[in-house]
Amino acid sequence: MANLNRRNFIAAAGAAAAAVPLVGGAAFAQEKIKIGFIFLGPIGDYGWTWAHNKGREAVDAALGDKVETIYVENVAEDASAIPLIRDLAQQGCKLIFTTSYGYMDQTIAVAAEFPDVKFEHCTGFKRADNVATYNSKFHEGRAVLGTISGKMSKSGTLGYLGSYKVPEVVLGVNSFLLAAQKQNPDAKLKLVFIDSWFDPPKEAAATETLINLGCDIVTTHTDSPAALQILEQKGLYGFGQGADMSSFAPNAHLTAIEDIWGPYYIERVQAIIDGTWASADTWDGMKEGTVVISPYNKAVPADVVALADGVQAGYKDGTYDIFTGPIYDQDGNLKVEEGKVMTMAELAVIDWFVKGVESAA
Amino acid sequence: MDFLIAAIITIVGISTPILLAGLGELVVEKSGVLNLGVEGMMLVGAIAGFAATVLTGNPWLGVIGAAVAGALAASLFGFLVLTLNSNQVATGLALTIFGTGLSSLIGLSFVGRIVPQFGSVFPPELARDPILKVIFGYSPVVYFALVMVFVVGWFLKSTRAGLILRAVGENDLSAHSIGYSVIGVRYAAVAFGGAMAGIGGAYFSMVITPMWAERMTAGRGWIALALVVFAGWRSGRLLVGAIFFGVLMWMELNAKAGGLAFLSFAQYIPSQFWAAMPYLMTVVVLTLISMRDRVGLNAPACLGKPFVPAT
Amino acid sequence: MRIKLEKRREPSKLMQVVTPIASVLLTMLVGVVVFDLLGIDGQRAVIDIFVTPLIASYKWQDVAVKAAPLIIIALGLSIGNRANVWNIGAEGQYIIGALCAAGVGLAAGAAGGPIIIVTMILAGIVGGSAWASVPAALKTRFGVNEILSSLMLTYVALQVLSYLVGGPWKDPNGRNFPATAPLQPDQTLPILFSGTTVHLGVAIAVVLPFLFWLLMSRSVFGYQVRVVGSAPNAARHGGFDGNQTVWLAMLIGGGMAGLAGALEFAGALKAINLGFPSGYGFTAIIVSFLGRLHPIGCLIAGIVLAVTYVGGQVAQTTVHIPNATAGIFQAMMLFFILASDIFVRYRVRFMPSAKAAVQPAAGE
Repeated sequence: MANLNRRNFIAAAGAAAAAVPLVGGAAFAQEKIKIGFIFLGPIGDYGWTWAHNKGREAVDAALGDKVETIYVENVAEDASAIPLIRDLAQQGCKLIFTTSYGYMDQTIAVAAEFPDVKFEHCTGFKRADNVATYNSKFHEGRAVLGTISGKMSKSGTLGYLGSYKVPEVVLGVNSFLLAAQKQNPDAKLKLVFIDSWFDPPKEAAATETLINLGCDIVTTHTDSPAALQILEQKGLYGFGQGADMSSFAPNAHLTAIEDIWGPYYIERVQAIIDGTWASADTWDGMKEGTVVISPYNKAVPADVVALADGVQAGYKDGTYDIFTGPIYDQDGNLKVEEGKVMTMAELAVIDWFVKGVESAA
Repeated sequence: MDFLIAAIITIVGISTPILLAGLGELVVEKSGVLNLGVEGMMLVGAIAGFAATVLTGNPWLGVIGAAVAGALAASLFGFLVLTLNSNQVATGLALTIFGTGLSSLIGLSFVGRIVPQFGSVFPPELARDPILKVIFGYSPVVYFALVMVFVVGWFLKSTRAGLILRAVGENDLSAHSIGYSVIGVRYAAVAFGGAMAGIGGAYFSMVITPMWAERMTAGRGWIALALVVFAGWRSGRLLVGAIFFGVLMWMELNAKAGGLAFLSFAQYIPSQFWAAMPYLMTVVVLTLISMRDRVGLNAPACLGKPFVPAT
Repeated sequence: MRIKLEKRREPSKLMQVVTPIASVLLTMLVGVVVFDLLGIDGQRAVIDIFVTPLIASYKWQDVAVKAAPLIIIALGLSIGNRANVWNIGAEGQYIIGALCAAGVGLAAGAAGGPIIIVTMILAGIVGGSAWASVPAALKTRFGVNEILSSLMLTYVALQVLSYLVGGPWKDPNGRNFPATAPLQPDQTLPILFSGTTVHLGVAIAVVLPFLFWLLMSRSVFGYQVRVVGSAPNAARHGGFDGNQTVWLAMLIGGGMAGLAGALEFAGALKAINLGFPSGYGFTAIIVSFLGRLHPIGCLIAGIVLAVTYVGGQVAQTTVHIPNATAGIFQAMMLFFILASDIFVRYRVRFMPSAKAAVQPAAGE
């Protein structure tokens, strides 16, 4: 409530703005610290936003006696996000998580207006004294899926349903195929971008197209379980994205990459409570428990499970990194020399595909 | 061969919902009414069909629920434009906004649920046969859509009721003066259009991807509107047009995946061009029709105009 | 008892003012009931959607910024609607207008200042008009239904946008995300009140309705539009060219939509991404009707709609209803106003006897 009039041009004219009965249950929660979340999709999308909301619920469960969480869903990634982020700050939130790349400049802009409020922007690269960034090494999970696929694909042709050619997706594609090629050096990958994060009919049609082009395992980097449902109908295999989606495709769902934001959210909220919060750039992965592999389907043979568990263990103890040279690009140029490991900075801006990726992009 | 069969199955999947909604809108427009609320009615049908299937466990009841819900949404539109003579364009747009919001609200409690599937209409050996499945392997809704192409064509061309419906769409005043109930006919047409759009929407939530997700029709209602115009208001051509639109998307996806050699040229064309094609082609076809239509062909003359009987 | 409708000679001035207000009130009332039935606190939801943005002064700037494009587009569309020219492609013209402004901004590079900003705005107007000129040309030359052609072109415009921001105009520093680079600070519209987001476009949206009012009530053009719309045959006899009216209506409608797009880009968003088309072009059609096709009506109606947008977002954090719910209220409001139109054009009488009404009602 303290920030109510901070950027209020009307208040300067003498309006009694403070008398406004503010939204949110502020009156009931005098003691509790408010934590805000800005969500991209509906919390029931079973994908990206669903996972972030699980993280929010984890905060409630762990620190519910000290904090209260509120959220706004379906927030567009344009300037219309600004009033919503500002609204959370004005409602008295001490820490606000903006959970998609497209809120980057908006978060920076609102953060400048509220120096006393802390912000955490997911997957972005712009920071400030009161804006931290965080991300997850989803590609570590993709390496596990790739390992399974390299072993289990009969055709050696894998499918990848992409959204846009952004670094996160490029990393996913490369990690997936490189891991598959460790099991099957001839493995190829067909890649389709559907120009959307969410378009179930098109995701379904694209999956059918990939299957028709010889892919017997399709992994998705879009947010709905549409592809899995198609794979289930065809008796083929795929993976859940963001969450365990086995209920939609009990046979096709080999495993899933689960995005687990809870531990990070709890840690950061605790830092607010303790007064130790500081701006940082955090990129957690399997080691920290941010990327988790769901239980394997019984269709995955024991030796493949062992391989997949080996990759997980390697990531957890730091002995495995899929982006270790030699790595060649699509045209066969050596991009990473033998024995070299790509740095985080290189990964963050990657825009080329590894050898074996077949796509028009 | 396998490739071709799989391609056909994919294209059928893309084409069926726009064909269903298009057939409904065709009848509506033939009666002289323009309902721009197709997207909204499809979404209402999608959630209603899904919800009815979840609650009853029977996909057939789901389809019926989708049709009823679509027809109800359309009747709301009908009451405004037919009884109260409101503007059709604005009312149709409002119906789309309404349907989008309503389906999201109702859908809140259905996110993440799964529904029982249709069984095969034909013996499973036929439906699963690697070659014959191209004929027998579809959801019952697909066959319903195909049957409806002929039913609608036959109805409009060969039945007395169809003749009256077209007369109402061509010249409402003279149809009225002969004694036909212009408003009654249009109500029936609008409700039918809503029912078909509802089933088209349910095809998404119950057949292609059996789940509910907000705005899952992703703009297919507008493609259906384009399709009716593209087809020049003829049911046979509507089928051809639906398949053509399906082929366009299939080509786009194949070109991107580096699928077919003869499509390799296509990867150099921006995907947005493919997505814009149905609309561009529709404008071209519309222009061609209008150039010939000075003598009066298929475009209903009263399309979008309110019926005001002389007093 | 029986209801009888008598057609009025002149649309009722009183009803034109009373019915929109009644529609908004009715929408709120029905909203309370419907939400309660759905298990949501209806009173709270309706207050948050319709009232909170008005009484919470820190929300006023959000309402103003949201209302500006709606008002500007609705003004242009009202001209066409009055003349029975149905441009429903304003969304596409809005997009093209913004893209043209963005093109100027990109071409200017590091250069900024008033000349660049004015050029961007003009480019927006020209771009929107150009996109609207296609349906106008097809209509006047070949008799192509402008409702259908302008609607189709909206979807083509969406793909043009997708192509440009994902391809040639993609921000080189944007890590491949499909969006243009943000405008240089001196290429953006000036802010009217420092510390707020209220930009020059808001002032334009406030001034324009009064200019349009003058244009419509005092000029020959305004008279022509009204005559062509209400009595096409009489207009033809009177020497007014129907084609000319179509052209003017489409160009003004498209130009205003393009202007709104340019202002939204240069004033509010400063970059274009795939989320840029947010449906203002379609909502403006509602605004135009809610405002009874009158310039000042559009001003008020634009504010009302903007309140429901902002309020819909407020209600998300309080009663947790999805964003699309604001759409239900907008649609319901339009349903009521369209329905109440009958009171403007007809006199409704309650007759005691069961005898058949002399005048046939519009319905059966």
